[in-house]
Amino acid sequence: MKRYLLKRLAMSIVTLWAVITITFILMHSVPGNPFAAESKMPKVVYENLQKKYGLDKPLTEQYFIYLGNLLKGDLGDSMKSRVETVNDMIERGFPVSARLGVQALLIAICFGPALGAFAALYQNKLPDYISMIIAIIGISVPSFIMGTVLIQFVARNVDWLPIGGWGEFKHTILPSFAMALMPMATMARLMRSSMLEVLGQDYIKTAKSKGITRAAVILKHAVRNAILPVISVLGTTISNLLVGSFVIEKIFGIPGLGMFFVKSINNRDYTLIMGTTIFYAAILITMLLLVDIAYMFIDPRIKLTKEGR
Amino acid sequence: MSKKFLTLMSLLLVMAIVVTGCSSPAKEPAPSETPSTEAPAETPSTGEKKILRTNNSSEPGSLDPALAQGTHESWILSNTFEGLMTYDQEGKVVPGIAESYELSEDNLTYTFKLRDAKWSNGDPVTAHDFEFSWKRALDPELAADYAFQLYYIKGAEAYNTGEGSVDDVMVKALDDKTLEVTLEAPTGYFLELTAFYTYYPVSKNVVEANPDWAKTPETHISNGPFKLVTWEHNAYIELEKNPNYYAADQIKLDGIHFDIIEDENTAWQKYEGGEYDILATLPQAVAAQMSAENNPELVIGNQVGVYYYNLNSEIKPFNNAKVRNALSMAIDRTVIVEKITQGGQMAAEGAVPYGLTDETGGEYRDKVGNLIVEDPAKAKQLFEEGLAEEGMTVEDFNKAGFVLLFNTLEAHKKIAQAVQEMWRTNLGINIGIENVEFQVKLDREKAGDYHISRGGWTGDYMDPMTILDLWLTGGAFNDARYSNAEYDKLILEAKGTADQNIRFNNMREAEKILMKDMPIIPVYFYTQPYAVKPNVEGIYKLPIYYPTITYANIK
Amino acid sequence: MKTEIQLTKDMFEKADLSNRDADKIRRPSIKYWPDVWRRLKQNKLAMIGLIIIIAMLIMSIIGTNINGFEYYEQDYSKINVHPNSEHWFGTDELGRDLFSRTWLGARYSLIIGVLAAAIDFIIGVLYGGIAGMATRKVDAIMMRIAEVIYSVPYLLVVILLSVVFSSAGAGTSMFVMILAMSLTGWVPMAILVRGQVLQLKEAEYSLAAESLGATKGWILKKHIIPNTLGPILVNITLTIPRAIFSEATLGFLGLGLQPPKSSLGTLANEGLAGMTVGNSYQIVIPALFISLIMFAFNVLGDGLRDALDPRLRK
Repeated sequence: MKRYLLKRLAMSIVTLWAVITITFILMHSVPGNPFAAESKMPKVVYENLQKKYGLDKPLTEQYFIYLGNLLKGDLGDSMKSRVETVNDMIERGFPVSARLGVQALLIAICFGPALGAFAALYQNKLPDYISMIIAIIGISVPSFIMGTVLIQFVARNVDWLPIGGWGEFKHTILPSFAMALMPMATMARLMRSSMLEVLGQDYIKTAKSKGITRAAVILKHAVRNAILPVISVLGTTISNLLVGSFVIEKIFGIPGLGMFFVKSINNRDYTLIMGTTIFYAAILITMLLLVDIAYMFIDPRIKLTKEGR
Repeated sequence: MSKKFLTLMSLLLVMAIVVTGCSSPAKEPAPSETPSTEAPAETPSTGEKKILRTNNSSEPGSLDPALAQGTHESWILSNTFEGLMTYDQEGKVVPGIAESYELSEDNLTYTFKLRDAKWSNGDPVTAHDFEFSWKRALDPELAADYAFQLYYIKGAEAYNTGEGSVDDVMVKALDDKTLEVTLEAPTGYFLELTAFYTYYPVSKNVVEANPDWAKTPETHISNGPFKLVTWEHNAYIELEKNPNYYAADQIKLDGIHFDIIEDENTAWQKYEGGEYDILATLPQAVAAQMSAENNPELVIGNQVGVYYYNLNSEIKPFNNAKVRNALSMAIDRTVIVEKITQGGQMAAEGAVPYGLTDETGGEYRDKVGNLIVEDPAKAKQLFEEGLAEEGMTVEDFNKAGFVLLFNTLEAHKKIAQAVQEMWRTNLGINIGIENVEFQVKLDREKAGDYHISRGGWTGDYMDPMTILDLWLTGGAFNDARYSNAEYDKLILEAKGTADQNIRFNNMREAEKILMKDMPIIPVYFYTQPYAVKPNVEGIYKLPIYYPTITYANIK
Repeated sequence: MKTEIQLTKDMFEKADLSNRDADKIRRPSIKYWPDVWRRLKQNKLAMIGLIIIIAMLIMSIIGTNINGFEYYEQDYSKINVHPNSEHWFGTDELGRDLFSRTWLGARYSLIIGVLAAAIDFIIGVLYGGIAGMATRKVDAIMMRIAEVIYSVPYLLVVILLSVVFSSAGAGTSMFVMILAMSLTGWVPMAILVRGQVLQLKEAEYSLAAESLGATKGWILKKHIIPNTLGPILVNITLTIPRAIFSEATLGFLGLGLQPPKSSLGTLANEGLAGMTVGNSYQIVIPALFISLIMFAFNVLGDGLRDALDPRLRK
């Protein structure tokens, strides 16, 4: 177990390094640069800027300088903001995104699997249809439409709900809800489908025939086994939610990480692109690792400690 | 469910929450601990404090005047700083921190006398502060994007480009109250420039003591009508009246609250929902509808700017002036401004927009007249002539697959589609349109890798030169790659003389040459439609600035 | 000692044949796919979904030519006209007929959604299946590669691809977009499939097959793939909307289809502005069709899942 984890951790670091390297190469092969603008800026001023941020050096040199700083935990200066470093931005933006993400995740986890399980238990009956219609709405309405609609028809008509902006708990309500809808629906649908499959398994029949109550069968056997596919999407869902949704953050004017991510790419703010990517990748890789471990705990049939087969 | 599973699930969640929680108490003082952030939103009607609420659509890259690059910085800076000169309500340049000035015989040396003004920390504003600030902005180490705005000063360009010394920059404090500036060449609009944000002063004492002074409100010392009190990055900025401002009695507001919301529609919904008193950028559809309804809250602000299309004159057949003129003639600009942009914009009559004065003090455009011809029938004939000269036919042209390039924005997309249709129906040609990311467009324009591209320019100062020097051979923003020796000569001569008659005659001639060659197709002259709530007064707009909210009052 | 067998006459009586075919299968044998189809037909909701999809497909082919307005024709005297008898879905801000544009949009959205989902499906199932069946070492390496691909910023990849593949003039073509979306889009599918395979290959019937000497490929084909089809199908019905939304979001960032072409996503994007000024139909109609497509794919996916599941046979 310990050995497995250590190995897995080492591999995660290699993964992260690969992400860093690929992003670095990609970023510099895309046209544009952080100091281009519709302006009369003379070439010398432009070259001054390049020099200030070390962009005049050969790319390989820049790469190793970057890696060196990264090892020290320094993500560098943003090329667009003279006020904050990339570390500052992530430290400030992540809690904002994560707060929304956790709230959205709670909504999704509370209702998604439950909705799916409920639908499966009443397959092709009214509760099934109702649950699935809710889920389908969740999947069918793009978040940029959902966000605007929520502002136009909910926030405008409910006095105490602000129309976008950031500051208090009330600012987080609508965006959390808008963000939760998609993962909730995804989970509900996955849950319904795997629950249906599990309910047809022999061990459920055996359990039933042993006279265990319906509730116990469902909770102890069905849900536990059916939740596996849901967990496999949980890793990516959590990391997506934690780093924020660009669309939702833009529409609601929320100063989160999701916004930085897209803005940095639009601005070619190289250090911020790297910073947000590394941060995002680290979270994603951690979550995937956790999901693997979760699988190991939940499904006794997957024995990760055993070498080979 | 097994215990193990439950534990794991909660672990996942707790981890997520802990990660959030760990940093949030420290980094998120905003939500509950500072009630003042939301308080102003509800108070103005009670008359306790007059806080003007609005949206600054983008996070400032810096609130250090030397490092500012655009409106998202300058709208805030213009309320917190004041230069040697400033503008009055009519847009006339009047003394600001300077009390008076003298200009030498040769039109090269200005001597400014400063008034008794104070920084927001109570220190006096001195001529030494100005000397320090301007030299600092030119410091190649600082690498300020807008340093070139100071190149009018003798020795400035050399210092900024690393070829000269700071000591040769000809700005000098003769004493605490006297500043002497010598220019490279006579510059008719230099006084205006001293009202521009790159020329704002910073406090020498403060900046020398703390290079990071502009990063936090506590150390952000300014000399304007307001001072910075809160900067919640990417969320909001709050200004408070500066009691040390020399004309504090003219300021009726107690403060200004700027949200930072990028989405135009959301900002509009906030304005409509009563959360803003003024909104300076309106979604195009909203401005159009308000103007159709004659909504009294809509103000069509003047703007010095021109929207145009670059034609890449290095690519056949756009090297042919007849082809370029034909493309221009086939565009119905009235339809574009009346049916598409609908924000009070004017069909372009040349490259230089309305609102600039000539040597007599009258409107510049009056003496140039309308240089744009629109005539679909003639356009077709001219187009075919031009093509023939280049050995092409319309079929060849269509086969070549020429493309109009623009950066992604609904308004650009609509205009491009309209122009595409006009060219198709009037000239019988098919030009593709391509929207790309802004950076990709800039890159391709600089590399000359385009056929036709959208361009636009808004003036930095109130003189036709702010537009006309764009198309000097090899100019930094001459993406059309236009080169005409005669044009260059006229412009350079105008730039080097203080004789207003020569200057304006040259500029008029140059514009006529430009419109005859048509390297760019002007489409319309910009306006800035904005919305103000009926209970707010005292907001006005100067052509090259965002609406001035400094002297606003809330009833 | 000898036992003599007494042969009596009654031993040679004719047997009663009336029960001879007692264990013969009486019902005609039904092949797998016709059976799936038969059971799918019984699912009303799924059939509604199928009908909607077929109707949308037909309309997306012919819908642009029905009311006599071309999707690119602009009429400045009729901008922002609300739906009426002439323009059934109204017109947009350039006076173009939204009925024609909506069906053009449906065409591109369907192509993008289906193609992207198909690519994700093929790569995801192959990759996930191989990873799940392979040795732990190979599995670990394959999953790390998937992680890397999934962690590289997707926008950067899209921008780069659109620049690499578009010579001046072509713009971001539909195929570049599909390619870009699939480049990272297959990873969730692969992770899902791998998870399922890991779980199923430890299932009793797989172990039984293995102990009887079945090859990995045979187990994969006979046991694992049929049993993972359910979750995979559900995931495909999720991939189609995801691809359609991705396209819309890309359009939002300037990387979408080039006008005057449209997809339902770009139409909704354009309609957003209309909503704030009382032209809600400009967003309601494309949003409605997006939802309708999603609904149809979802219920059909569910129906297929139920029909394919061998354990649900009745």
